[in-house]
Amino acid sequence: MDEKLKIVIQEDSLGTKIKKALVSNMVTVFFVILCIIGYYYSGLTFGFLLNDLITRMVRNSFLVLALLLPVMAGMGLNFAIVLGAMCAQAAVIFVTHWGVAGLPGIGLTVLLTTPIAILLGYLTGQLFNKAKGQEMIGGLILGFFSNGIYQLIFLILIGSVIPFNNETLVLSTGVGLRSTIDLKDGLRYAIDGAWTLPFTTAAMAFGGLTILHGIYRYIKGLPSLGIGPKHKKYLLSGASGAALIGWVFYIQSTSSFVNLIKVPMVTAILIGLMCVFTTYFSRTKLGQDFRTVGQDRHIADVSGINSDKTRLTAMILSTVFASWGHIIFLQNLGTFSTYGSHEQIGFYSVAALLIGGASVTNAKISHALLGTLLFHTLFIVSPLAGRNLFGDAQLGEYFRVFVAYGVIGVSLVMHAWRKQIEGKKRLSQ
Amino acid sequence: MDKVKVYYNKFGLPRIIIISFLLFLLIAAVMLEIPISALISDALVRTGMNGILVLSMVPGILAGIGLNFGIPIGIVCGLLGGLMAIQLNLYGFTAILVAVLISLPLSLVAGYLYGLLLNRVKGSEMTIATYIGFSIVSLMSIGWLVLPFTSEEMRWPIGTGLRTTITLQGRFERILNQWGAFKIGDVVFPTGLILFMLFFCLLVWLFLRSRLGTSMIAAGDNPKFATASGINVNKMRIIGTMLSTVLSAVGIIVYSQSFGFIQLYQAPMFMSFAAVAAILIGGATIKKATISNVIIGAFLFQSVLVVSLPVANKILADVSSLAEIARIVISNGIILYALTQIGGGE
Repeated sequence: MDEKLKIVIQEDSLGTKIKKALVSNMVTVFFVILCIIGYYYSGLTFGFLLNDLITRMVRNSFLVLALLLPVMAGMGLNFAIVLGAMCAQAAVIFVTHWGVAGLPGIGLTVLLTTPIAILLGYLTGQLFNKAKGQEMIGGLILGFFSNGIYQLIFLILIGSVIPFNNETLVLSTGVGLRSTIDLKDGLRYAIDGAWTLPFTTAAMAFGGLTILHGIYRYIKGLPSLGIGPKHKKYLLSGASGAALIGWVFYIQSTSSFVNLIKVPMVTAILIGLMCVFTTYFSRTKLGQDFRTVGQDRHIADVSGINSDKTRLTAMILSTVFASWGHIIFLQNLGTFSTYGSHEQIGFYSVAALLIGGASVTNAKISHALLGTLLFHTLFIVSPLAGRNLFGDAQLGEYFRVFVAYGVIGVSLVMHAWRKQIEGKKRLSQ
Repeated sequence: MDKVKVYYNKFGLPRIIIISFLLFLLIAAVMLEIPISALISDALVRTGMNGILVLSMVPGILAGIGLNFGIPIGIVCGLLGGLMAIQLNLYGFTAILVAVLISLPLSLVAGYLYGLLLNRVKGSEMTIATYIGFSIVSLMSIGWLVLPFTSEEMRWPIGTGLRTTITLQGRFERILNQWGAFKIGDVVFPTGLILFMLFFCLLVWLFLRSRLGTSMIAAGDNPKFATASGINVNKMRIIGTMLSTVLSAVGIIVYSQSFGFIQLYQAPMFMSFAAVAAILIGGATIKKATISNVIIGAFLFQSVLVVSLPVANKILADVSSLAEIARIVISNGIILYALTQIGGGE
């Protein structure tokens, strides 16, 4: 009797469920539509888009994933990942100067970066603990501030105070670095190039993994079979995996450009490991502490969790991950602007995360990956679509920037508004 | 000793650092034989040209919306006014007057809508204001490309849209600066500019002492108490926001005429940060601000910027970016300091 009742309720609410899902994922739906329209008018072939997209996904996903932990700890969107990016960039500059190339170079960069990132993460956490409730604006301003310090070091002190003898990196005056740094003979593609597979093979492997994941979920979920909406998820995993493999077989039979696309496997695996880590981290004791602090600092303090310390840990982890993410970013980019590459990292990553459907208090891995996909699709298609639609590529570019700032603004507004309404409700109860 | 401590607390560590930095720069300038009179003239001009933008922070802070990072909203209204004045082919004081008059209704409406928004996001105004400001600037970047202005002076000779910088030479460039300007020794005093700024300071000062002004301050100071004594807090916040937006619109017109160019596209993006930094340097906090904070802050901040450039250039021959770096570090450093003074948000 009971079971029947449940099923009836579920069937009844299917229509409203879809409606609810659409409304609560409005931002993501809007961007999917925008991307499709942009893609249609850009006149790009699918193969080209996919190729560009894979490059950009590999380049940026790790950085976006670095934002998840502070959200969990209730610190909002961590605009201060710029600091992590900055110390990675500093390390990359020095490693390039010493001429260590390839994977050893990456190893050295990581060794150099991590302690500085831990220190900076600690300091950022201290600052945020002093400015609770203003973490986001604080992070933003801190990013600008530390950019000033970064410029001071690499534009003024290098060559004048810090001995740095390198004709290709330093300006002709002997003081300050050139505005672009080429990693051609150093770290470029050091991780990406270590192991690449054709897209078709990689996609097939990924499809296989997804099916395995579905089976794993099925086996693990057996006792609770038929309870809640969860029991459909493994079907979804299995079906999407199978669909992917089927599609790849079809592609292989054609002479599509897609067959020529290569996927940097090591980077992809690193991103995968980051996802796995984040998932399992949330189930550890520390992860649970993060959640408790994120929900209510006072309750956390009362129940014996040192909320300030937990927030510090979140910031340190986030900064370290961001610095690693930026190493991936730079080696993929190959050449970077010495004084500009890190500046936009915070803003672009946050925008990507929000586009994926995350909010200030709730961000999941799926949000991060989907958001990166959508944001960078827009990146690729918007100048071309702008040119084809309005005869001006600059217009599409401005539109993209507007949309990115706008989505951050709108989602912050929506979050704050909801919080205010909830607060009023609580008061009136 | 206690007295010293009281003064120290009242004065605040950042101001002590900045004033000593300025003194150090001035001594360095004297030793490097940089003409001080030119520096003073420059500092006066830049104080005047930034003054009203800094002043626009006061109503926002007092009405309780915090540091108004959203002044780019008012700035684009002011820019539209300036562009209209050129489009209508006006010169001199008429041009400035018309620019202000056109930007007034625009900024009032924009400020009202912006105030409505800020009332719904109490507690996170500053972050949201920053991104609303950024969004408006990038939205207007599209606007500058497509708006149907026809004046040859403003459009690119080839291609679409308005120029990135539009010269005001022969239109209303430095018209306020030159009005009644006189020399004391080698120092040029931009009488019109300074008087214009002081006039607006006086207007705001009078407003703050009016009935409406005192209610607004009460609402910003303690919203619960204000509500209890019958003040409509939300309305007061909207009034503060509108006033702030209008002042920033007027501010950018004054800024542009003194600068000699109207800067479009991405230029207004970070203007709010300079204004915020200036008023904080002047001694304001996120909850308290006075007119004297505006004048002192604008003068101190701009003086540091004016003096640091030639000094840095003399010390390090080819490194002109040091002054820019000093600006970034000082302005963002002081904002960070102010944020940590809120008191943990408990």
